[in-house]
Amino acid sequence: MQTENYLIRKPSLEKLFNNLISGGKTVIAPKAKGNLALFDKVQAFGEITEDYIVTTNSAKSVVFPRTEKLFSYHKSKEKTEITDASSSAFPDVILWGTRPCDAAAFVPLTDTFNGDYKDIIFNNRIEKVILLSFSCSRSDDSCFCTSVNSGPGNTSGSDVLFTKLSGCEYLAEVMTPKGQLLVSENIDLFETKTSEDKEKSLAVVATRFNQEEIQAKLQNLFENPVWDDKSRACLGCGSCAYVCPVCSCFDIQDEAHGNKGTRLRCWDSCGFSMFTLHTSGHNPRETQGARWRQRILHKFLYVPNKSKIAGCVGCGRCSRSCPADINILETLTSI
Amino acid sequence: MIELINKAKALLESNAVQVVIGYGKGTSNRTRAIFVTQSDDCDKLIFDSRCVQNLAVYLTKSEIKKLGKPAIVAPIPVLRSILELAVENQLTENDIVVLGITPESEIVDFDTFANIEAFLATHKIVIEEKYHEIIRLIKAMPVAERFAYWVKELEPCFKCYACRAACPLCYCTRCTVDDNQPQWISVPSHPLGNLEWHIMRAMHLAGRCTDCEACFNACPMGIPIHLLTKSMLQDVNDNFGSYGPSLEKQNTLSSYKPDDKESFIR
Amino acid sequence: MSNPNIYIPYLMKIEKITLEAPGVKTFRLKFENDEDAEAFSFKAGQFGEYSIMGVGESTFCIASSPTRKGYIECTFRQAGKVTSALALAEEGDVVGFRGPYGNTFPMDEWKGKNLLFIAGGIALPPMRCVIWNALDTRENYQDITIVYGAKSVDDLVYKDELAEWRTRPDVRLVTTVDPGGETSDWQGEVGFVPMILEKTAPKAENTIAIVCGPPIMIKFTFPVLEKLGFTEENIYTTLENRMKCGFGKCGRCNVGEVYVCKDGPVFSYEQLKMLPAEY
Repeated sequence: MQTENYLIRKPSLEKLFNNLISGGKTVIAPKAKGNLALFDKVQAFGEITEDYIVTTNSAKSVVFPRTEKLFSYHKSKEKTEITDASSSAFPDVILWGTRPCDAAAFVPLTDTFNGDYKDIIFNNRIEKVILLSFSCSRSDDSCFCTSVNSGPGNTSGSDVLFTKLSGCEYLAEVMTPKGQLLVSENIDLFETKTSEDKEKSLAVVATRFNQEEIQAKLQNLFENPVWDDKSRACLGCGSCAYVCPVCSCFDIQDEAHGNKGTRLRCWDSCGFSMFTLHTSGHNPRETQGARWRQRILHKFLYVPNKSKIAGCVGCGRCSRSCPADINILETLTSI
Repeated sequence: MIELINKAKALLESNAVQVVIGYGKGTSNRTRAIFVTQSDDCDKLIFDSRCVQNLAVYLTKSEIKKLGKPAIVAPIPVLRSILELAVENQLTENDIVVLGITPESEIVDFDTFANIEAFLATHKIVIEEKYHEIIRLIKAMPVAERFAYWVKELEPCFKCYACRAACPLCYCTRCTVDDNQPQWISVPSHPLGNLEWHIMRAMHLAGRCTDCEACFNACPMGIPIHLLTKSMLQDVNDNFGSYGPSLEKQNTLSSYKPDDKESFIR
Repeated sequence: MSNPNIYIPYLMKIEKITLEAPGVKTFRLKFENDEDAEAFSFKAGQFGEYSIMGVGESTFCIASSPTRKGYIECTFRQAGKVTSALALAEEGDVVGFRGPYGNTFPMDEWKGKNLLFIAGGIALPPMRCVIWNALDTRENYQDITIVYGAKSVDDLVYKDELAEWRTRPDVRLVTTVDPGGETSDWQGEVGFVPMILEKTAPKAENTIAIVCGPPIMIKFTFPVLEKLGFTEENIYTTLENRMKCGFGKCGRCNVGEVYVCKDGPVFSYEQLKMLPAEY
């Protein structure tokens, strides 16, 4: 799917950023907050931090915001009127600084919101998003992208992938027509590139497990003490699901103000105790162990089996953010 | 921490307890809660300055209760939570064995809650000066500015409820936010919804919070929600002269005593 | 769906409300928009998300038969927030409806076979659409037997239709109430559904059994069916589960590789056995 390779120098990269801002685009990039790096709206190049392996939060909120208006309504004696929110004009968004794992996550995300029923709100948003990703030159203990068919220089999901080579030079791999258009509009900032071994600029991320092997093992592991054992310290919050770039479970809630109101779609997590609770009081997943099992089986067995794509991109955010240090890698390597 | 390990082994081997809740090695340089049920595994117990997670949160969890009677490794923040849980009738002395750890790293067997209270009387809650400064600043803001301040601070919140999950005093089996008849607190995360949640939680902790900072440590987005609870603590102390749990005084805001000084009660 | 935004419901007017049993109502709903009514069709087994604007959505099957045009019906028990709001609605009020969702009972495959319906309590509604569908195309099926029970006489739903089915010569209806639920003039059986099923002893040859009821009833009914000679591919059920979106995205009804809302709610016992016990 690759179209072209280019070279861009740091000062030109900054100029590219400025061009995008002055062109009226919304740029979302990693911003420092204390010792965290969070994806947030930026206006100046200097606001972007490079001091991160992955950001704490994921970039999924540009296409799957934590609260999304589905429609608004107005009830009167004569009739009920519904105003569709899917036709709102969504802004052009440049996601700057996504890692290859972040970009790869847009694949399962898009799969969830399409299929037999196409979520046009999601699709309208993602159409306006351009992903300018940056390869990883470092990684840590929690990263395992190379175990899930991704990697520190993987291009899947990105429109353009920048890799920092020596000094102030970046390799720019243009992967999509969207990416090519952006580059063409700023072509004076880019130089042609013949070939470059980007491998030596990438972080080395050791494989921690074999994905197919795990998938096969999980097939028969439903009744196994590993789920209770590994989730004993789990507090049942939604941190892991909410920082995950792939997780997309949601709730639908109405908010009314008199006879007007909205129906909203908002984030939810299979880790919450009430997620599967029936009104009758019956709960198919009564224990935290059953909920941890669902998380792992869904990401590493059910989704790969059914849709032939990965349910996890190995970014490690869930483990890093977990207040109880529940480590997904640990569960996977222990089975 | 040999003494701790030996004490834990003895407790398990004599079946005085069936599980020891303590700290163990976590990912990289982190520590985590571990639940030791076999005497041999007691060697995994550690304790150092990295061990800040409040373990008392596990004392009210059904999955942990199923393991049997616990012994719990309890540095001061955990001791305070245990005392507050006792004041609120969530624990009795027979339910747990408390392996207290003093700031001098001594292991102390607290066999009664009264002993814990006596010990804590010499280690009172102190809100650090840096927090006094920012709380003063926020309180000095006019209401509209203060509202805007909190809306902005709480903007990154996405209602993961890690703060609630990590707090040992948020043990309600059905939290107010989980009620939907009526829906007291909105479910989706948005500026007003975030504010509603945090204000409600702070109010529910008034007179109960023991300043362990578990909420702040748990928040994945690094939001300083502990400012709300610290400010609450200060207000309760200023108004009612109580700073932390007390078996004698009971719960500050929900216990009536005939000699309460408030005039509106008379 | 008339609207490309899959979350937007049809607006339906409540044409008729019937109180079936304590806390249980049936709504007959008509499309506000004639074009929607024209374009709408569904098959037996499918469900929808019914809503009161400002309160929320709730999942019920479509309880009327697809052979009856111009309206749809749903039957629900008042249990939580949305059903309580629906229970307060009056004839003429407008409610939302999203659907039809889910898979269908393979009624075409069942042509020429005997049909055995087994239901308990509030689980008769999901089967009512199949029963009427079969009765409206009676020549397609052989013997039709219905075994239906409830806690007490009062709790039986569709009382008028039960009376009608009882008098039809082309249907065998057996009704029962739990021991202690009978009234002095009760003419039907007394006993739990699985027991009465065994007593009724319908033949298994060339028969499809459709079972729906509370988990405890299902648990004791399957062994009886096996005893009577039914094989797993010939026993069908429709699963109840916590659902929200209805189209396999929100994750709530995910059981194993299946979404109950999309790959179900209709499952054969053979398919059900392959699912992890999380429903």
